[in-house]
Amino acid sequence: MDFDLTEEQRLLTDSVTRLLADQYGFEQRKSLLRTPAGWSERLWSQYAELGLLGLPIPEEYGGFGGGPVDVMLLMQAFGRHLVLEPFLASIVLGGTALRLAGSPAQRDELLPALADGSLKLAFAHGERQSRYDLTDVQTTARQEGGGWRLDGAKSVVLHGDCADRLVVSARTGGSRDEPEGISLFLVDGEASGLARRGYALRDGTRAAELSLTGTPAELLGERDAALPVIERVVEAGIAATAAETIGAMEAMQAMTLDYLKTRQQFGRPIGDNQALQHRSAEMMIALEQGRSMAMLATMSLDEPDAEERARSIAMARVGVGQAGRFVSQNAVQLHGGIGMTEEYAVGHFFRRVMVIEHLFGDTAHHLDRLADQVA
Amino acid sequence: MDLRFTPEEVAFREEVRAFIRDNLPADIRERMRLGHKPTKQDTITWQRILNAKGWAAFSWPEEWGGPGWTAVQRMIFLEENLQAPAPELLSFNITMLGPVLVEFGTEAQKRRFLPRAANLDDWWCQGFSEPGAGSDLASLRTAAVRDGDHYVVNGQKIWTSTAHNADWCFCLVRTDPKAAKRQEGISFLLIDIRTPGIEVRPIISIDGSHHLNEVFFTDVRVPAENLVGEENRGWSVAKYLLGNERTGIARLGTSKAAVRRAKEVAREVRARGRPLIEDRAFRTRVAQLEVDMKALEITQLRVVSAFAKSGGKKPDPLSSVLKVKGTELLQASSELVMDVGGPLAMPAWQQELAALANEPAPVPDWAPAMAPAYLMLRAASIYGGTNEIQKNILNKAVLGL
Repeated sequence: MDFDLTEEQRLLTDSVTRLLADQYGFEQRKSLLRTPAGWSERLWSQYAELGLLGLPIPEEYGGFGGGPVDVMLLMQAFGRHLVLEPFLASIVLGGTALRLAGSPAQRDELLPALADGSLKLAFAHGERQSRYDLTDVQTTARQEGGGWRLDGAKSVVLHGDCADRLVVSARTGGSRDEPEGISLFLVDGEASGLARRGYALRDGTRAAELSLTGTPAELLGERDAALPVIERVVEAGIAATAAETIGAMEAMQAMTLDYLKTRQQFGRPIGDNQALQHRSAEMMIALEQGRSMAMLATMSLDEPDAEERARSIAMARVGVGQAGRFVSQNAVQLHGGIGMTEEYAVGHFFRRVMVIEHLFGDTAHHLDRLADQVA
Repeated sequence: MDLRFTPEEVAFREEVRAFIRDNLPADIRERMRLGHKPTKQDTITWQRILNAKGWAAFSWPEEWGGPGWTAVQRMIFLEENLQAPAPELLSFNITMLGPVLVEFGTEAQKRRFLPRAANLDDWWCQGFSEPGAGSDLASLRTAAVRDGDHYVVNGQKIWTSTAHNADWCFCLVRTDPKAAKRQEGISFLLIDIRTPGIEVRPIISIDGSHHLNEVFFTDVRVPAENLVGEENRGWSVAKYLLGNERTGIARLGTSKAAVRRAKEVAREVRARGRPLIEDRAFRTRVAQLEVDMKALEITQLRVVSAFAKSGGKKPDPLSSVLKVKGTELLQASSELVMDVGGPLAMPAWQQELAALANEPAPVPDWAPAMAPAYLMLRAASIYGGTNEIQKNILNKAVLGL
């Protein structure tokens, strides 16, 4: 048991914190939100130069060879500043799929480009009807000539509008909800028969709807047997967004404390009221319990036993989800009216936490899975 | 960063688990398994077995009989003992008085009291709270006036757990009523409970048990050599004691044992035509408790680890998080157990049938301890600093409000 950071991890945290403090003020972020892309190519290059994009990519592919803890620290810092760039979509989700399922040739070709920022991936698995069921895939793949063609649609694909290539799931066998018969494919962003409709999610981050009509695709990994890979991609997403939620909660907690100390009513700071003091103590308790669970998610990613890993990740998801709701709802409440405004930061953190909770299975979904396993 | 125990720590946990399995007497094990509180004799028997092994004074320095464990080992030991479940060490002796004497006691006090406290030859109780001094402990009024080589004590203590079992009481008394600050006129005295002028009166709590007492002091003569630390400096002694008291405050092992127990009984009882264990609402409730226990387990590891790094001196304000969440879980898990029992958890038949030992029990053996445990644990968020006080502490120490 050890909660210490290595020297390298401390340096990483310091440099990211410095960069974001300098480049990611609330107003700077708001101006990024107003651009068509909704995020910054310039910052993306800076992340690449700092080695952040290669963080979880093995050194032999030009990456940093970091582990889940490194990603946790980075995502936590990103959460504190509501970073808009496609790190989660491209590096965490796309990168995990590529690392786990890619052939040696595919990894040689794509991982170095991922690490240097010249390639952006997106992970296109969810469909309109699938909600949180990972086996509910209706997009189909058929062989034609030497290659594959995909037909169907994908929904709420994170940063699917800007990705150079997309990791797309499709049925090569079996029927809806069957665990077998799902395969992963690489689809070029410019491929014929691919239509993308980009939009902002409620927190301003970008996503897209994909429509696939005879779209040419390249098989990624084993045919019919992609579900275990998809599960691990989702687990990596859960751990990363758990850490991001912790960062967002830290920011909301700090903002709220500051507000309680400065906002005057009845001739004294509102933080003098014990009702509000206790609420802020409860927020802190929730944050610390959530932090413990984000650590659990991070540490579990390397657990070889799939069942044990899934259980820990689900527990972490529930713990962080509930903490996130409690902290964000009360952060708005303690701010009062100003917390409801678009011009004030707390609502933006609130919406990021809200969006995160509805990716990769919400609290009820994961609690229900855990309830299945009670023994 | 690594949340796993080291191989040495895993081996230590196995050693503790095996020792408890092999040495906890069968009758005590069965009472504990069914959720009953240990009897006075159960507590004495088990603490003496642990003391013979060298484990009872688990947090004391080796010089005074401690096993020389790390903070992680101490936590593992406490958790294993709780979740066995085995009787807890008498906290008044082990986590309160012992460390206080080691830190503040004279050589003579240490030699006289520490070995007997470890072996539970003396049963100690804590004379802190008074009718007018609950959360606001510094307003205590029980007075001690110096008279030659004695203090003469007059006043009243309340909520004195197990005073009726006790041989000795460590008390906070006011020795300087004129001190500029209330905290400055308080002293820490060791009082033989059989000294003339002491009267212990029972308070029966809502679980029907006699655990609490009022203790009245009328012209009680206490030898001055029983003063711990300096006169009028008892508040620092008390603060040190309360800091120690919070190590292990989460009592997670007890909650784990309760959830395990609830699942066992839920296999036996039926709900709407099926075993209760198959009921969705029940399973979701268990799953939620298991999530909350997991989070607290990791938070506890973080606190223990930080405590060890600080050199073991500074109690972490985050231990207030352990107190609040730990007691919420104790209460929620005891509620779960009682709800599993349903109507069979409700009869208070012991009183009526006490005289008829041969009469068969009207309820299964898993039922009688359920409601008392639930009722007793309503106190968990009140004692040791109410959960509201813990939130005040968090605000002052961490949030700066």
